[in-house]
Amino acid sequence: MVGLHHSDVKNPVLHWIDTRLPVVTMIQKEYGSFPTPKNFNYFWAFGGMAMVTLLLMIATGIFLAMSYTPHITMAFDSVERIMRDVNYGWLLRYAHENGASMFFIVVYVHMFRGLYYGSYKAPRELLWILGITIFLVMMATAFMGYVLPWGQMSFWAATVITNLFSAIPVIGEPIVQWLWGGFSVGNPTLNRFFSLHYLLPFVLFGLVFLHVAALHITGSNNPLGIEPKGPQDTLPFHPYYTVKDSVALCLFFLVFAVLVFFFPDLLGHSDNYIQANPLQTPPHIVPDWYFLPFYAILRAVPNKLGGIALMFASILILYALPWLDTCKVRSATFRPIYRIFFWVLVVTCLVLGVVGEQPPEGIWVPLGQVATAYYFFHFLILLPVLGKLERTLPLPESISQSVLGGGPLPTGAASKPMEKA
Amino acid sequence: MMRTLRPTFIGAALVGAALLGASVTAAPARAEEAPELPSVNWSFSGPFGTYDRAAAQRGFQIYNEVCSNCHSLKEAYYRDLIGIGLSMQQVKDIAASKRVPALDENGQPTERPALASDHFRAPFPNDLAARAANGGGLPPDLSVIVKAREGGPDYIYGILTGFVDPPAGFHLMPGLNYNTYFAGHQIAMPQPLRDGTVTYIDGTNNSIDQEAHDVVTFLSFIASPELEERHRMGIKVVLFLLFLTGLSYAVKRKLWANVHH
Repeated sequence: MVGLHHSDVKNPVLHWIDTRLPVVTMIQKEYGSFPTPKNFNYFWAFGGMAMVTLLLMIATGIFLAMSYTPHITMAFDSVERIMRDVNYGWLLRYAHENGASMFFIVVYVHMFRGLYYGSYKAPRELLWILGITIFLVMMATAFMGYVLPWGQMSFWAATVITNLFSAIPVIGEPIVQWLWGGFSVGNPTLNRFFSLHYLLPFVLFGLVFLHVAALHITGSNNPLGIEPKGPQDTLPFHPYYTVKDSVALCLFFLVFAVLVFFFPDLLGHSDNYIQANPLQTPPHIVPDWYFLPFYAILRAVPNKLGGIALMFASILILYALPWLDTCKVRSATFRPIYRIFFWVLVVTCLVLGVVGEQPPEGIWVPLGQVATAYYFFHFLILLPVLGKLERTLPLPESISQSVLGGGPLPTGAASKPMEKA
Repeated sequence: MMRTLRPTFIGAALVGAALLGASVTAAPARAEEAPELPSVNWSFSGPFGTYDRAAAQRGFQIYNEVCSNCHSLKEAYYRDLIGIGLSMQQVKDIAASKRVPALDENGQPTERPALASDHFRAPFPNDLAARAANGGGLPPDLSVIVKAREGGPDYIYGILTGFVDPPAGFHLMPGLNYNTYFAGHQIAMPQPLRDGTVTYIDGTNNSIDQEAHDVVTFLSFIASPELEERHRMGIKVVLFLLFLTGLSYAVKRKLWANVHH
């Protein structure tokens, strides 16, 4: 199919471009008239927030990199120089630092929304898999970014996390030395972390593009978890969801601004304002808050290799989620039992977060072990079994019918073949 | 059905967020090592906070006369003192009274009077010299000390006012000093401030509490010299965003008025 695109764009310049490269048509199709279920609640705004945060992180990061020095003797001072002498450097740095926290907050809400409404179920499995990949790359990026200021927590977190690989039998030690570029965390480590920290956000951007592309093939899930049956169930993305998402974005920026301008160090660790010192281990090494649940899982078993295996498994298990959950009904709205266990899982993750911050002693050890066990129980046993046993509530006939009130129609009364919206 | 569900969902999310917030702000320090810090009313706390200029200037006097004998302030420049209300001429005079390392025309090490654009003079040429002069202990750099300690200004204030005689039966290592708020209670720094340690230029009562308050105000300024600009900008940004949120919500309501959803 070679030939110019038939463009409806009126503006002559845009028309000229659009006939040769139909980007205007594409944006109109994917973000203008794109049919979107009309019953989204505000939890559907978090994906857009995450994308905006990624762009903000890239924008602030590019300017930070202009003034940052990736060298072990200068990195800490160069960050302080950004804070003091670069025009609005403090704003760039605090926005970038707290932006990471905001990124994880919105992504966690986005993921739990997917869990609640069954957004990972067929035909959206690949969409979910891409999302988990984004999450993994995001974690790697955040971890390496945390190392760059070269404070005490930077250095010791890098040491602890890279050392995890040494638990792998036989090839563990060589792998760790290969990661370090030496025999301990040092200047080569800082250099490569900086390089990768600059690279990975663009990989993320590509993954987000694929994530959105896949979303636009299957269409969005919605709070009822049933497919739109026709135009009466959807709205064009613009202006309905551009405007609704704008409200959510304003609130997001409000929270972000309060953090950056009034509590910029609230989510950070005070030890990271002490320059890295390889000879002095902090009494209590903790990762940033968004890694705490995984840190708790890591420490749940006394065996180093076991802990690492569990930690990675806790994320990798999410890849299998579309097949572990055997229930065909998506939304927890119609799954009275699952709905309870969903909240138990949320509380479990919060408990793991609290445990991850505490020293591994006393009550925190068994609490972390129970929470870890429950986390895996939820995905590996509960979901497959619950899907078979649970009596789900009757689904509404369509989104419009549910909105206009009344219970579900008698089976078959209004059933029509599903139209492709 | 969604209408009835939403409040529970949002409520639970809020509780979750609150729990998370509590876990993040909860001090990870061990209970047995962390007596409750004194709670001081700082001029720079809260969203409208600014630095008390007079206190910060008195605080600089204390740093200059007491702390700077052992503690560096390597991230700060003399010109930063304009931020606590000193004139350029005062800053130049203060800088000129310090001698900083330099090279002469033959490339030999020498000293010259500092300029306003110079970093604060370090008391020791390197960490080894600092340790040698302090019985093995390294006096930490104070540039970001307020941000580098759990509890911030309250903690620094606590340390400065927390020197007391050790309780009966406490074994104090030779060369160390007992401090209520220091982890393990044994600190290498001897008590730096007492009633009347400095004689203030402005005649303010020089009690130890006043001295500690003033030097912590100064060190907080040095740790976050951008604080006042940050607060001013933050108030404008938040007001603007509140307005924009209201506006976008009104637009959303109008647009969605005829949609049954």
